[in-house]
Amino acid sequence: MLAIKLAFKNILGAGFRTILNISVLSFAFVVIIFYNGVLEGWNQQARRDTIEWEIGQGQLWHPDYDPLDFFSYQDAHAPLPEAVQAEVAAGQLTPILLTQASAFPQGRMQGVILKGIDPKQPILKIPTALLADQDGQTPALIGKRMAHAIKAKEGDQLLVRWRDKNGTFDALEVTISGIFDSNVPTIDAGQIWLPLERLQQMLSMPGEATYLVAREGFVPANAAPWVFKGQDFLLADLDTIIQSKKGASGIMYGLLLIIALLAIFDTQVLSIFRRQKEIGTYIALGMTRWQVVGIFTVEGATYSILAILLGALYGTPLLWYLAKVGWAMPSASQDMGISIAEKIYPVFGFGLILGTILLVVLSATVVSFLPARKIAKINPTDALKGKIQ
Amino acid sequence: MKNITILIFSTLFLFAFKAPPDANEILKKVEENMSSDNRVFESEMIIHGRRGSRTITAKTYSVGDKQSFTEYLSPAREAGTKMLKLENQLWIYSPSTDRTIQISGHLLRQSVMGSDLSYEDMMDDRKLTDVYSAKIVGEEVLDERKTYVLELTAKVEDVAYYRRKMWIDTERYVPLKEELYAKSGQLLKRTTLSNVQKIEGRWFPLTVVFKDMLKQGDGTEFRMTKVQFNQDIPEYLFTKAALKQ
Repeated sequence: MLAIKLAFKNILGAGFRTILNISVLSFAFVVIIFYNGVLEGWNQQARRDTIEWEIGQGQLWHPDYDPLDFFSYQDAHAPLPEAVQAEVAAGQLTPILLTQASAFPQGRMQGVILKGIDPKQPILKIPTALLADQDGQTPALIGKRMAHAIKAKEGDQLLVRWRDKNGTFDALEVTISGIFDSNVPTIDAGQIWLPLERLQQMLSMPGEATYLVAREGFVPANAAPWVFKGQDFLLADLDTIIQSKKGASGIMYGLLLIIALLAIFDTQVLSIFRRQKEIGTYIALGMTRWQVVGIFTVEGATYSILAILLGALYGTPLLWYLAKVGWAMPSASQDMGISIAEKIYPVFGFGLILGTILLVVLSATVVSFLPARKIAKINPTDALKGKIQ
Repeated sequence: MKNITILIFSTLFLFAFKAPPDANEILKKVEENMSSDNRVFESEMIIHGRRGSRTITAKTYSVGDKQSFTEYLSPAREAGTKMLKLENQLWIYSPSTDRTIQISGHLLRQSVMGSDLSYEDMMDDRKLTDVYSAKIVGEEVLDERKTYVLELTAKVEDVAYYRRKMWIDTERYVPLKEELYAKSGQLLKRTTLSNVQKIEGRWFPLTVVFKDMLKQGDGTEFRMTKVQFNQDIPEYLFTKAALKQ
């Protein structure tokens, strides 16, 4: 208790030096919480959007299907096994068939993926109802990124060329029946969604699919050779990206924290040098050396408490405001191929705040203790005379 | 007397209106004219793109339709690149990486050096009469040459183009134009052949313009600058080892 009283008295007596120390440390404290809050907000939003728009509760893949290998698409299709057909009929799975093709917007050739999906599917958020029959025309649904890339708008005709299962070329003009706005680029960029039955007919693959998306509550049964991929597997890439982002941002706010801690370390070194007589007096009055070390360590750690209080003072309204209005992402980030919303709403969890408080207090305590260890070796008479170099 | 009159008129009729040959016969004549035991030719491929044109020169050795070896001579970026086709396999050697790559599967559908030709277009070596049913649909005059217009419809499933239309010179049995159609009837590619010359006793078109009809641009022009038939081509040329030499 005496140590805490003395620490507060000394810190407040240090004046401008204290203000500088706690200001820098509080800034580091707020930045750490803000950065991690943004990453957590992005993580939650990206996971939610990816589940709602792309992967559902998991996917059942044709054994040859590899979404990262376009060349696998040629062979990754087959009629659905009977057990799977029953799940489709029960609305637990929705089949998707895909193939490589070329689109010719304004006479330019562009590689695209044609994806067939049931217009009545209830699992994914893609507005597939827009793929309903349209007076003999072939309706097509594209995302905003694809629409931007091919300069297409609703109602436009787009010439598409593909090969059927025998490798025979076919071509057709499709009508853009809708443009959807999704944060998930993997269902948008370079893709054209068509009614499933129409695509099956175009490719001469009646009743076939490449993969199926599962609804909530779907229990994967044995559908060999088809393979079920759960959310953990399908979101693994996203998790890796977030982890690497956390690592990269850790370096930045780590540097900021080091600067603040360096200021505390310097203050401690200076205090021990300038307050030799005070140290000598404490020992002469009967305190052990380690008790004096404790006083100086608590003094340094108190900087972190004050920094947290100051950070809470201006950080709370600032971060609350950001969590409410969101943090706008640059438009270029939409084309990076990963799920990023136009605005990220940071999420500041209890664990994040508590963890950051502990990090700041512990690191400040450690850097206060390191120079204070010197006191343990001090000769009290030399200290009283102020002879320590 | 009446019978004799009918016979005379019938004979006159047959001489006056000579029935056109059968479509398959025409195709056979074209194949006989265009194919040879082997040939060696030097060529220029002029690729007309949106940002201008570029010319690639090459020397090709081929035996029948099954084997061919091409070495690109210019520009500097492509010089030394070699391509070997053996039956239905295709390899490309790139001097910059000193690697030989086999082109297969979907890679065959890629464009050859940015041209309107795909590798697959070069690979299809089946005889037209084997994969298409042909019929004569008319006669037209094309570049002041009288032509038979042939329509070819696929009779097998694994064919790239479901329907073709060919304009064949009625005297020289050389195709002067060809159009390739999708199953839906959409025109996909047009090939125009010109500069037909008699070389070693056969008529042969030295300039071919390939045009992808779905893309903008003026297509790809393929000019043979020197053609020799039935040459003595060393066997080793049609081996993978020859690519690195």
